[in-house]
Amino acid sequence: MSIALIIIFGVILFSAGVGIFAGRNVKMDLENWTVGGRKFGILLIWLLMAGEIYTTFTFLGASGWAYSKGAPAFYILIYGALAYTISFFILPVIWRIGKRHRLHTQPDFFVTLYRSRSLGILVAVIGVFSIIPYLQLQLAGLGFIVEVASNGAITSNVAILISFVLTCAFVFTSGIKGAAWVAVIKDILMIAAVFIVGFGVPSIYFGGFGKMMGALMEKMPDHLVFPGSTPNMDTLWVMSTILLTAMGFYMWPHIYGSVFSAKSDKILKRNAIIMPFYQIPIFLIFMVGFTALLVIPGLENGDLAFLDLVNKTYPAWFMGFVGAAGAVTAMVPAAILVLFASTLVAKNIYQAGFKPQASDESVLRLSRIMVAVIMGVSLFFALKYPNELVPLLILGYDGVCQFFPGTVLGLTWRKVTKQGVFCGILVGVGSVIFFIASGNDPFLGINAGFVGLVLNAAVTVLVSLLTQNKAGKD
Amino acid sequence: MKKGTRLALMLGAIPFLTLVFALPLVNRIHPIVLGLPFLLFWILLWVALTPLILFLAYLLERKYNPPEEGDDL
Repeated sequence: MSIALIIIFGVILFSAGVGIFAGRNVKMDLENWTVGGRKFGILLIWLLMAGEIYTTFTFLGASGWAYSKGAPAFYILIYGALAYTISFFILPVIWRIGKRHRLHTQPDFFVTLYRSRSLGILVAVIGVFSIIPYLQLQLAGLGFIVEVASNGAITSNVAILISFVLTCAFVFTSGIKGAAWVAVIKDILMIAAVFIVGFGVPSIYFGGFGKMMGALMEKMPDHLVFPGSTPNMDTLWVMSTILLTAMGFYMWPHIYGSVFSAKSDKILKRNAIIMPFYQIPIFLIFMVGFTALLVIPGLENGDLAFLDLVNKTYPAWFMGFVGAAGAVTAMVPAAILVLFASTLVAKNIYQAGFKPQASDESVLRLSRIMVAVIMGVSLFFALKYPNELVPLLILGYDGVCQFFPGTVLGLTWRKVTKQGVFCGILVGVGSVIFFIASGNDPFLGINAGFVGLVLNAAVTVLVSLLTQNKAGKD
Repeated sequence: MKKGTRLALMLGAIPFLTLVFALPLVNRIHPIVLGLPFLLFWILLWVALTPLILFLAYLLERKYNPPEEGDDL
């Protein structure tokens, strides 16, 4: 057994152990399982949110985009900072409503705000359909990283299966608290890996960022301004994509839901202030992608840039360390994704739609069963269709973004109605599917999801004004 | 709207102005600052300033809004 293999397995097992251990001495009811009893302080909230946000896409996608697309990748550095700015204003308010009405999930919030069960079900269904490709992407990314890092000793499928079982185990036993504790390990490993490689490779090959960037500016200056090395990702695409992703960011059901696990509204506000510091590693990941472009040009798959460069530069045990960090980086978001998808199915679709008299205990029981079911579905797709993920994920992101008008208008505009929000979401999601299916993304240079969002907001306002008398909002 | 909230929102608009709406103006390589092309330097600068802007917004909200935040639903 090689040293890389021992490191990868050791870290995965240790992390799952910590996740299972985190749930000891906690009486598991729905409140503790989904929102940690609303007891998370600033440190745990920060780690949890960073744990959800920094996924395998950060490792592979950001460096891959810097490598193959160039400047359009910068949107990844920007949108987080803007999402945190939005969160500064809306999350504390969402939290206060959640606290008062004991909410657990995003559809709960819509049901309460608009007094409409069917709106809750719509939000839950779109949420689950958006989560599954995201979960798949985590599993596939994990398999990919471990296979490359172990030099093929562990195949992608074996890695996915092992981490699948372990992640299900700690979500099942410890709920969100398990995910938060594993996030501690994940954050430490990932930041260490990114700092070592991010500062390391530019100085090893060029003697620093400045010299490396200088070489790149001389060789291919167009790569570093929009549209970079892409035909259609010009400034307008970048601007609309940033706005779309910044607004959609906290609309992911799992991120929305974890807001409720904070101890107070002030913690969310302070968290919003410190979150942008977490963007710095992305800059370092770009530097790795750019260095790779100069040192190992011509890769067919840009997503390999980070791992291939590490492989070329560092000893095998370090590859194991990066593989381990990558694996845990996939497990934490996967855990939170599956936890909230399960709760959406059990609470907001099954209980709300079919069995209103179901007790909290039976909802929790069903949620726990759904963990295995939803992971199983994602696993099936990850093994069977590993290469068709990205278009689905884009569709998922465009889908959850459509909750933004209903959330923000619901908090700020007294005249918004459930009919307005319902129609807005349907038009938004429908138009996005239409644009993507008909090959019109980007549409006139603008991200199609953003077009859907604008249509959604317009319809929400218009229908709300037309349905004033039937208004059912607080 | 409370004065603190209004001031905080005005501050919150700054990252959007600099990191979205100013992009067409800064989409260039020169001048090179700290060894980075101007576009990347500009983005990094404002991403790094965002926490400070939000911290200032936090202080202003605390200063001008009544101490018991909470039910402004």
